[in-house]
Amino acid sequence: MGDPLFAHGVDLGGFLIALVRVLLAFGMLLTSVMLMIWFERKVISDMQDRIGPNRAGPYGLLQTLADGTKLFFKEDLIPERADRIVFKLAPYLALIPALLIFTVVPVGGVVNIAHHVVELQVADPPIGILLVLALSSVAVYGTMLAGWSSGSKYPLLGAVRASAQMISYEAALGLSVVAVILESHSLSTRTIIASQASTFLHWNVFRLGIVPFVIFFIASTAELNRPPFDLAEGESELGGGYHTEYSSIRFALFFLAEFMNTITMSAVVVTLFFGGPDGPGFHFLRWLWPIAWFGAKVGAFLYLQVWIRAALPRFRYDQLMDLGWKVLIPLSLGWLLIVAGVIQSVAWFVALAVAVALAGALLVRAVRVSRRRRQAATSGGDGFEDPVGPDLVALRVLNAPPRRP
Amino acid sequence: MPRRLDLGFFGGFAQAIRQVPQPRVTTEYPIVKRPKPPRVHGRHVLNRYEDGMEKCIGCELCAAVCPADCIYVRGADNPADGPVSPGERYGFVYEINYLRCIHCDLCVEACPTEAITESKLFEFSFTSRSDAIYTKAELLVDDEGKPREQPWEDWREGDDQHTSAWMRATSPSGSAAHEGEVAWSAELGYGVRAAEGGQSGKRDDAATGNISIREVARNKIPVRFGGRVR
Repeated sequence: MGDPLFAHGVDLGGFLIALVRVLLAFGMLLTSVMLMIWFERKVISDMQDRIGPNRAGPYGLLQTLADGTKLFFKEDLIPERADRIVFKLAPYLALIPALLIFTVVPVGGVVNIAHHVVELQVADPPIGILLVLALSSVAVYGTMLAGWSSGSKYPLLGAVRASAQMISYEAALGLSVVAVILESHSLSTRTIIASQASTFLHWNVFRLGIVPFVIFFIASTAELNRPPFDLAEGESELGGGYHTEYSSIRFALFFLAEFMNTITMSAVVVTLFFGGPDGPGFHFLRWLWPIAWFGAKVGAFLYLQVWIRAALPRFRYDQLMDLGWKVLIPLSLGWLLIVAGVIQSVAWFVALAVAVALAGALLVRAVRVSRRRRQAATSGGDGFEDPVGPDLVALRVLNAPPRRP
Repeated sequence: MPRRLDLGFFGGFAQAIRQVPQPRVTTEYPIVKRPKPPRVHGRHVLNRYEDGMEKCIGCELCAAVCPADCIYVRGADNPADGPVSPGERYGFVYEINYLRCIHCDLCVEACPTEAITESKLFEFSFTSRSDAIYTKAELLVDDEGKPREQPWEDWREGDDQHTSAWMRATSPSGSAAHEGEVAWSAELGYGVRAAEGGQSGKRDDAATGNISIREVARNKIPVRFGGRVR
């Protein structure tokens, strides 16, 4: 167990090691963001028969650096009707949670440096995974306040979408994490990866059934505002979204935060479900293999994220809400109960499985009935599917027969 | 009727990953350039006859027809002891302002002596106004009939060939009966140029530098139509 707050005193060596860990993690995270942006652009152009960035540096590796430098020298505009302080604060509110989440992610095993046992992560607080959940919710403040403080309607719409989306998917995200905690008996990320060690069959993705992983992955993609859940920055509808009014380096900070979140969320998925740095090692360079395994797994997930972006179109708003509330939350809740039953006893498992199946059937039935009624209420019999959600309300108001006195 | 693309849910993933090993459609522009169609309107050249005389007679029709008002011409009487052009007058001043030129080629069509035609060069960027205004010193072809290359111009292989393809392509006035008829005079360095082939079968693409637009845009045409896009 780590001692992140130095509650048991601190010596110079411990302090220096903490400092080095923080600086190293910060530097590596920023570098990996730079590479991630390059990676994303290269992979997506692979999938679109293009070449992608190839002018700055070998294979275009320094493209992000060039873009960042360019953004630094751009004019920094603040709209007249903006709330100036909040407007300036918002990019940092987006960036700092992204940086902090990574502190609890174990990137490797344990090494001995100058008689200090050093875990290869910035800190291992006993509440590690709660910190991840809390900070991923705090990140929405950056988006929300950016949109609100811009004093402009499109950013506000983007911000409202973002906060509604994050609240909807936060629940499913949390419930799938609870399943992991039930299995690992700990909130500490180090203990969670330790409980998955040995063979890959012990990884939570297999121990818990695939479902919590799938739910966590979808919900985290939604939390990240990545495609296909990027409604908050729907370019085609909102002219950019919550960052429409931002320019120069403030704009860059939002994207830095977004890509950093992509990396940290992939790292969290690997930690929770894929054993973190777990994997076969060799006798030479013993400390290197866990780091390599961790990097490879995170890389695979980053590729998957880019692949999703290339493959799927953006969700409609009501589809997004349907998926979150009617599918992911009930499914994660039911699966959590089943996992809890398995851990308790066979009798509990059977009882809970039956109860979940019944409740699930009831829910499916309820959704079907309500959809049928809604269609009966609005359908003109033309065979087209009628709009649902907010569009439906608007349609009803418009189609209402004029009242006569 | 375009083929309906029904991908389903995972079809999008399969489609995306199937593209990865496909050939790239990108032309790496400043390094590699696509062949230009022969009638591309680039910057102008002032042509000369085979004996070295200038074709321009200083009639100012090009300046009159120019919609962007970018041409400035002053004619003058040919000096008796050393005539510049075969006729009575010659272009004493000839300037084109490339900050205004829209490359419509109306000047080329207006010119009665085929004196002004266009090359295929459109990639030039200058850093001063005086560089942007081309005078006779820049526009007139050299002693081999080639355009004079300016330091800020990016000429590539073939850009200086077929400099008057637009004029030669439009000269039958749209009448098929006159297709392939040569109605223009010889040029310094080239002699009498061949007519661009049309639909009559009397065409010699090697001589006229004609490139099918299909060839130029091969990277944008699907394989089943003879292009390279899958």
